[in-house]
Amino acid sequence: MGQIELKGVTKRFGDAEVIPPLDLQINDGEFVVFVGPSGCGKSTLLRLIAGLEDVSGGEIQIDGRNATAERPAQRGLAMVFQSYALYPHMSVRKNIAFPLKMAKMSQREIDAKVDNAAKVLNLSSYLDRRPGQLSGGQRQRVAIGRAIVRSPKAFLFDEPLSNLDAALRVNMRLEISELHNTLKTTMIYVTHDQVEAMTMADKIVVLQAGRIEQVGSPLDLYRHPKNRFVAGFIGSPKMNFIGGAEAAKYDAHEIGIRPEHIDVGTTGAWQGRVTVSEHLGSDTYLHVQTDYGIINVRADGEVALHHGDTVWLTPNAACIHRFDQSGNTL
Amino acid sequence: MATQASRAAGRLMISPAVILLFLWMIVPLGMTIYFSFLRYNLLIPGDNPLVGFENYQFFFTDPNFWPALINTLVLVLGVLLITTIGGILLALLLDQPMFGQGIVRVLVIAPFFVMPTVSALVWKNMFMNPVNGLFGWLATVFGLQPFDFLAQAPLFSIILIVAWQWLPFATLILLTALQSLDSEQLEAAEMDGAGPVSRFFHIMLPHLARAATVVILIQTIFLLSIFAEILVTTNGGPGNASTNLTYLVYSQSLLQYDVGLGSAGGVIAVILANIVAIFLMRMIGKNLET
Ligand SMILES: Nc1ncnc2c1ncn2[C@@H]1O[C@H](COP(=O)(O)OP(=O)(O)OP(=O)(O)O)[C@@H](O)[C@H]1O
Ligand SMILES: [Mg+2]
Repeated sequence: MGQIELKGVTKRFGDAEVIPPLDLQINDGEFVVFVGPSGCGKSTLLRLIAGLEDVSGGEIQIDGRNATAERPAQRGLAMVFQSYALYPHMSVRKNIAFPLKMAKMSQREIDAKVDNAAKVLNLSSYLDRRPGQLSGGQRQRVAIGRAIVRSPKAFLFDEPLSNLDAALRVNMRLEISELHNTLKTTMIYVTHDQVEAMTMADKIVVLQAGRIEQVGSPLDLYRHPKNRFVAGFIGSPKMNFIGGAEAAKYDAHEIGIRPEHIDVGTTGAWQGRVTVSEHLGSDTYLHVQTDYGIINVRADGEVALHHGDTVWLTPNAACIHRFDQSGNTL
Repeated sequence: MATQASRAAGRLMISPAVILLFLWMIVPLGMTIYFSFLRYNLLIPGDNPLVGFENYQFFFTDPNFWPALINTLVLVLGVLLITTIGGILLALLLDQPMFGQGIVRVLVIAPFFVMPTVSALVWKNMFMNPVNGLFGWLATVFGLQPFDFLAQAPLFSIILIVAWQWLPFATLILLTALQSLDSEQLEAAEMDGAGPVSRFFHIMLPHLARAATVVILIQTIFLLSIFAEILVTTNGGPGNASTNLTYLVYSQSLLQYDVGLGSAGGVIAVILANIVAIFLMRMIGKNLET
């Protein structure tokens, strides 16, 4: 079991209220991703759940039991840190065995569990090395190994892949997703990365300044953002926003249209001039200067447009998001 | 340095300093070794004939030699023990957030700035003196007989004084080491179910090993040649109870005007220091490797 519920949880550092009262329900076996701009309180929220920070108010329930006052170890959660936080003077085997040793398990049991975890994570040939003798990806796997041997109720990840290079990040992303599929344990995952959030999550929690802006499945957030902030935050490249008279045509204060929902042609609604075109092979990102400002367009990879070309843009009317004065979706 | 030429240039550049330092060291050492083979007593004028190992033989058979050797080792070990353990405990304490942290840290460092002679005199007269000292006064307040530290436990008293001087050094180095410990490691250990004691022994202590090694090595070098504290407090006595090798060399060569014998003692002290250093490096030197 790994059901976590936050009820009116708040956190203050001195006078600064980092997290205003916040409610969140995380179901057993769910993969929940916290996203939000830097400094919005993602790590703080995770550390509150882990018990590494005390809440200033509210209640944290784990499996229906009030865990607010419990120490981190008692909560039965495991955490993987951004810097891995491996113990540098211990071998990989000892690192992974450490939580079991602290739980006073017998040596036979410990060995069996460590060997098993090492096999799952492809670490068997590195067990006698020190963390300093491992690559970033291997260290990450050791940190995950140390988390899974305890069979925790839930895993907490704080930007675990941000220290890895792009190729390895894709690999580890898949491995963590696979791990989630096999273990079926609740996972809470903090990230900056759009792609990680969209691909891994069952449920995304978008945070801003400690407040939850929206909770939902990745596609739900993509298709039906509740407000301008979520619309702008989810999706890459970012949504284009247009205000003024053009928005008024759609009976809104401001409209938003994603780059992939704009057609490029020789006729259309908006005229503009290409300032930059980024050819990625599969796609072409066009930055088009129009009367409404710069509009980003994601066009086909075959599109051969260059700086200075004049183009016409046609938004896909069905995909236009409309926002009112205060930024809420109409 | 990358290329052959730059390496050669580098060697050339540092050679004056190296040569100067080398001469600075080798000339006194060479003279000491030379004197140690002479019969050279300032009270007996005349020529100074070469006498081979006679001086060494005298020094070794001196009834004070073995006690002095043992005193030296006890002094070094005692101070090391107190300063490393005490230093770790103090560092742990100072690492806690508390009121007036800056002032407390300065106060802790203060003993290091007091001259050895001064601090030894302060201890001798203001703390350990059975009549005027603070400890004697405390004892009488509780109705006990004042304890004459320097007369009844001279070596222990000197260990106490020297340890007091070196504790700040150990504390400072260990404190910086402690502060360089990644707090995420401690948090990870906390999540892994390690209590404060386990965290100390499994995470903090191994992290401190390198700094503690540095503390031990540096202190040993200085502690082998403790002199001022002994001179101003006990003069090596009562008897030879607080005479260490350095003090023995001093009493041989200066008090008895025997340059040859004192030099032989000096050479023996150098050899002993090297034995201790090799022994230490064998024991804890591997902590310094990365
Ligand atoms: N110990 C602390 N004392 C005071 N303020 C803190 C402390 N820890 C965090 N904060 C503040 O709380 C806010 C949220 O911090 P947090 O680390 O949770 O952000 P984050 O969302 O994880 O950001 P990032 O994505 O950059 O890691 C920040 O404004 C930060 O300055
Ligand atoms: Mg963070």
